[in-house]
Amino acid sequence: MSCLAIRVSQVKKVFRKRTGWWRGQSTEEWALKGVSFHLKQGEAYGLLGPNGSGKSTLIRVLSTLLVPDGGEVEVLGYKLPEQEAQVRERIGRVSVDAAFYKKLSARENLLYSAFLYGFDKAEAEKRAREILGRLGFPLRRFSDPLEEASRGMQQKVAIARALLLQPPLLLLDEPTTGLDPKSKREVQEFIEELRRESGTTILLTTHDMFEAERLCDRIGMLAHGSLVAEGSAEDLVRLAGGGTLEDAFIKLSGEKLTGEEEATAEGA
Amino acid sequence: MISRFKQTWAFVYRDYQLTRRYWSWVVVFTVYAVVSGASVALIGVASNDRKLTLTLTIGVLFWSVLSVLFNEIAMSIAFERWEGTLEYTFMAPVSRLIHLTGVSLYAAAYSTLRAIAVLGGLFLFLDLDFTGANLFGLLIVLVVSSLAFVGLGLIAAILPVMSPERGAEATNIFQSILLLVSGVYYPISVLPKWVQPFAALSPATYALNASRKLLGVETMTPDGKLIGQPLASVQSELVTLAALGLLLVPLGLWVFGMAERWAKRTGKLKRTG
Repeated sequence: MSCLAIRVSQVKKVFRKRTGWWRGQSTEEWALKGVSFHLKQGEAYGLLGPNGSGKSTLIRVLSTLLVPDGGEVEVLGYKLPEQEAQVRERIGRVSVDAAFYKKLSARENLLYSAFLYGFDKAEAEKRAREILGRLGFPLRRFSDPLEEASRGMQQKVAIARALLLQPPLLLLDEPTTGLDPKSKREVQEFIEELRRESGTTILLTTHDMFEAERLCDRIGMLAHGSLVAEGSAEDLVRLAGGGTLEDAFIKLSGEKLTGEEEATAEGA
Repeated sequence: MISRFKQTWAFVYRDYQLTRRYWSWVVVFTVYAVVSGASVALIGVASNDRKLTLTLTIGVLFWSVLSVLFNEIAMSIAFERWEGTLEYTFMAPVSRLIHLTGVSLYAAAYSTLRAIAVLGGLFLFLDLDFTGANLFGLLIVLVVSSLAFVGLGLIAAILPVMSPERGAEATNIFQSILLLVSGVYYPISVLPKWVQPFAALSPATYALNASRKLLGVETMTPDGKLIGQPLASVQSELVTLAALGLLLVPLGLWVFGMAERWAKRTGKLKRTG
């Protein structure tokens, strides 16, 4: 078993779209253009990138929801897509949209997830209450339909769903987007606590530079499907010639983007 | 084994809770089924034709069970797309066999209860008397034909997997074609010649033929007394239904697996339609 939690090597993903219903033309959009990176077990790695840079595609590949068109992916020592069953048992994912049955309550949604992973009802309910309590979710709303809950509360339930399973690897796809500052801080504190107590490996995508700096040991910057820079927050700032991480993000991804577009244009 | 039972239970639990939370829609759909069923069966009463009334009633009841069973399974993926939960279901460590078994078990229980409610409702509008009918035989036919409809539902469920935009619509068209060709309310012989061969492909055709024999519609006495036929008289229909079930269920699982792999290659799981 590898000591790497994630090993991604030259991963490519292209989406093809056909226009017109009969003999229409097919267009290609490269979401990932040979991305390589790795995460050690227990590490927190941040993926930064503008919208459409390939962050969510990468998370979907790692979540077994997308099959890459090229390259190699290993999660917790298991190869994807060949060993997806083993990977599924060991990962938790939180996406930017809190995907739930909105008519069902937090309790019903979480019990459904717990049953899917083979948990007992009593054990799952106890753990769900404990996690939600620590996340600052008002437990009096535990049995109310989620459609009546705020976005922040829904996102806390989404985080609880991922943590309920006690996975060694957490894939967090913009987990705090749209949360108010208090909720955001509660979630960030919980993620820190989780790392301290359980040594959970975390892959986090975010647009929040402060969050990336606070939570991540290393940060990768994605732009147009390519990893354009990687290192600690300090490394990236130094690489960009000083300033803040946001300055580094704009400079590194922006410069590389222009360069890539030019290169593509020349190649064409 | 216990873990697999819990995983199967997860889908039954989820669908039960969703039914409970959408109870007002369940009432609406059930009332609609009773009213539309009664409207169809009353055509027989208006014609003063007991045989026609019973033919229509058995069509209403069987279609009530089989269409709901088919629809619940076929639309389960479409519902997940609408709710936005499809990716979470597909990344759970659950085999597709367990997933679809859980969905099918709940669909079978729900469709049976719905049909009982429809039958109860029909008694309010019709003077129904099933004395002399082979009711046990009818139950056997219903159970055997359910398997084939589960298989059809699994095959139709791939449509929303493959097309987020048009899959659910295509599923409904598929269901309406089954209604058209299966002779639910009329004999197959009244269909245009070019449509009639399609009836042989629908499990509902065999289920309805068998159920009308077992009910005794064809062998009714002049004074309207039912003489339900023994189970042996519908042996060929039962064998055909069982064969269709044994073929369609594994075929449904297989094509569903193919569609899932295709959706993962093309990124179709992501969009919510």
